[in-house]
Amino acid sequence: MPAVLEIEGLRKTYRSRRRGTRNALDGFDMRVEAGQVHGFLGPNGSGKTTTLRTLLGLIGPDGGRMTILGHPVPEALPQVAGQVGAIVESPQFFPHFTARDTLSLLASAGEVPAQRVDEVLELVGLRDRAGERVKTYSLGMKQRLAVASALLKNPRLLILDEPANGLDPGGIREMRTLMRNLAESGMTVVLSSHILGEIQLICDSVTIISLGRRVAFGPVDEVLAQHSSGAVRVRLEAVTDLPAAAAALTRAGVRVTPNHDHLMLAGVDKPATVTRLLAEQGLYVSELAPVAVDLESVFLELTATAPVPGQHRQVDQSVRIDGAEPSAPAGGGWGA
Amino acid sequence: MSLFRTELRRLAKRRFARWMTAAGLLVLVLVAAGLFISNQKIGPEQWAEAERAADRQHQEQVQWAEQERVNCERAKAAGDAVDYYPSDCAEISAPPREVIEAQWFLPSTFNFRESFGDLLIPLAGILAMVGFVVGASFVGAEWNTGGMMNLLLWRPKRLTVLLTKLGALLTGLLALALPASVAWFGSLWLVATWRGTTEKMTSGVWQSFLLTGLRGIVLAMVATTVGFALASLGRHTAMALGGAIAVMVVGQVGLGILLGVAGVRFAEAWLLPTYAYAWMTKTVTLQDWRSCHATYSGECKPATLDITWQQSSLLFTVAVVVFLGAAMWAMRRRDIT
Ligand SMILES: Nc1ncnc2c1ncn2[C@@H]1O[C@H](COP(=O)(O)OP(=O)(O)O)[C@@H](O)[C@H]1O
Ligand SMILES: [Mg+2]
Repeated sequence: MPAVLEIEGLRKTYRSRRRGTRNALDGFDMRVEAGQVHGFLGPNGSGKTTTLRTLLGLIGPDGGRMTILGHPVPEALPQVAGQVGAIVESPQFFPHFTARDTLSLLASAGEVPAQRVDEVLELVGLRDRAGERVKTYSLGMKQRLAVASALLKNPRLLILDEPANGLDPGGIREMRTLMRNLAESGMTVVLSSHILGEIQLICDSVTIISLGRRVAFGPVDEVLAQHSSGAVRVRLEAVTDLPAAAAALTRAGVRVTPNHDHLMLAGVDKPATVTRLLAEQGLYVSELAPVAVDLESVFLELTATAPVPGQHRQVDQSVRIDGAEPSAPAGGGWGA
Repeated sequence: MSLFRTELRRLAKRRFARWMTAAGLLVLVLVAAGLFISNQKIGPEQWAEAERAADRQHQEQVQWAEQERVNCERAKAAGDAVDYYPSDCAEISAPPREVIEAQWFLPSTFNFRESFGDLLIPLAGILAMVGFVVGASFVGAEWNTGGMMNLLLWRPKRLTVLLTKLGALLTGLLALALPASVAWFGSLWLVATWRGTTEKMTSGVWQSFLLTGLRGIVLAMVATTVGFALASLGRHTAMALGGAIAVMVVGQVGLGILLGVAGVRFAEAWLLPTYAYAWMTKTVTLQDWRSCHATYSGECKPATLDITWQQSSLLFTVAVVVFLGAAMWAMRRRDIT
């Protein structure tokens, strides 16, 4: 599948006289294929917004290559801007204009037909409130307006930075349906978020970023499988056989944690090999279950941001992968 | 082109722009109304009234002189030495009637030829002020509410966006300034017709008014551009407005006091309004009375310094180039976060 969005080795250093320099992006890579809903995950301050801003030409990169729809950006942004709808960070609009005026001004600046304004207002559920000033909107309503402004161009690539911020549960669900429908109609959607349940529900693939570097990427189920650490639970017909089974598996290089009625295995690529190994020893498996993981635990593991009792994690305390192999595939290359 | 039209629409929708425009026009209307009320046409009737007033004045003076003379004589008779009375009380007399001129008692009248040129200065001043604050708020509010960022997602060519905005702003200013100038001319012409005179309007005078009006519009455009550039640099309306107020109050007044204390010659030559004034009136002559040395004839000729409109135009050009240049440079280079 062709890549709609490609980023290689992107670097961005914020410099400030008072606070010194900060490498917000440190050789970041990303690839999004056409027609996907792609989740862009990372802890606070990991560089998601910086990536999207750089991609959209709002800030200048210090290194790396980026392409959108096959065009190198930021050079070719004027050509591709019409096909990229985006919201970056919290939605901001001139507070004294109405939603309809705001959209209508954007539409006329971008040469989008005026009737599209009403279409998108309907789409995001703001039809009946479109005549009110943005100042009077709630956060969720502003967020809806922001999504409407991104949809206005009927873009081929839709980039949404934390679109679920401030939305009510109904709104989140509607947004989810909207994303799915858009993706089905052929639009590619990039969605940055830290609400992992959301991402797991609607995304085809994900990129996980930590401290400005990619720590994992790929289709959601692959990332989940790879980062379930191959955990498998094994029960045997006879509990007394457990020690023998543990010994056999350990010999075969599997990490085994014995429990009183089952074994927990780690680092198993294919559960079938376990069955075969044990059958060769005359041990019969009554249950062999890969331990299900969700994106949240994978995320916490990969970025090392799981809460530790008694500690208050600070924002930049997350995993840093060393720069030796920044494009290492998921499943390898991330540090402790 | 679509961007230009959009920005014009945006400008027209901005309430601040509307209110400032309305406030500026209101001031002009009030000035015109004031001129209308405080002036009168001079005809035989007014002359007759003035003569009567002069007569009354003369009468009062005669009465007063009479009274004083009586007082004086009484004092003399009583033997009091009152030193403010002359030795001969007969010297106290009223001035003759001819000394009191009737024209002093004429009501003020509006002479178009003499006054219109000067009244173009408040017009230019108000347009410049409206232009400055509207220009600053137009782009400043856009920066600090995130509107600029939104727009750049649609139109990534930053310089084009900035200059198109400025173009729309200046077009809007012209759309205000040209009709306002015509209306100003029209209403003052009416004031002159009804409450004064429109005599002696030679083609030379017309031409001079036209040129002064045009210079006023250029002044307003310069102020607008500088306000726009400052607010874009600071990414905030307040920066431009605060900057302007700081320059006005602290800079200019403070500088004025400082220069005065330091005894610098021609202190006004360091102050901005002098240049705006020189631009409108073509030249301002500054005088330095301290370098006045009494001549034998007792005459005193102060040293003078002429500030010409050419010098003003140089100053304006430098200001526009520096501020707009800096705004454009920053627009190209900076990170929009
Ligand atoms: N304008 C800025 N100046 C300096 N540092 C910044 C700026 N914007 C972001 N950063 C820093 O860059 C890092 C990444 O920020 P950001 O991309 O906003 O994170 P995210 O969107 O993933 O939460 C953070 O450490 C943040 O403090
Ligand atoms: Mg962010």
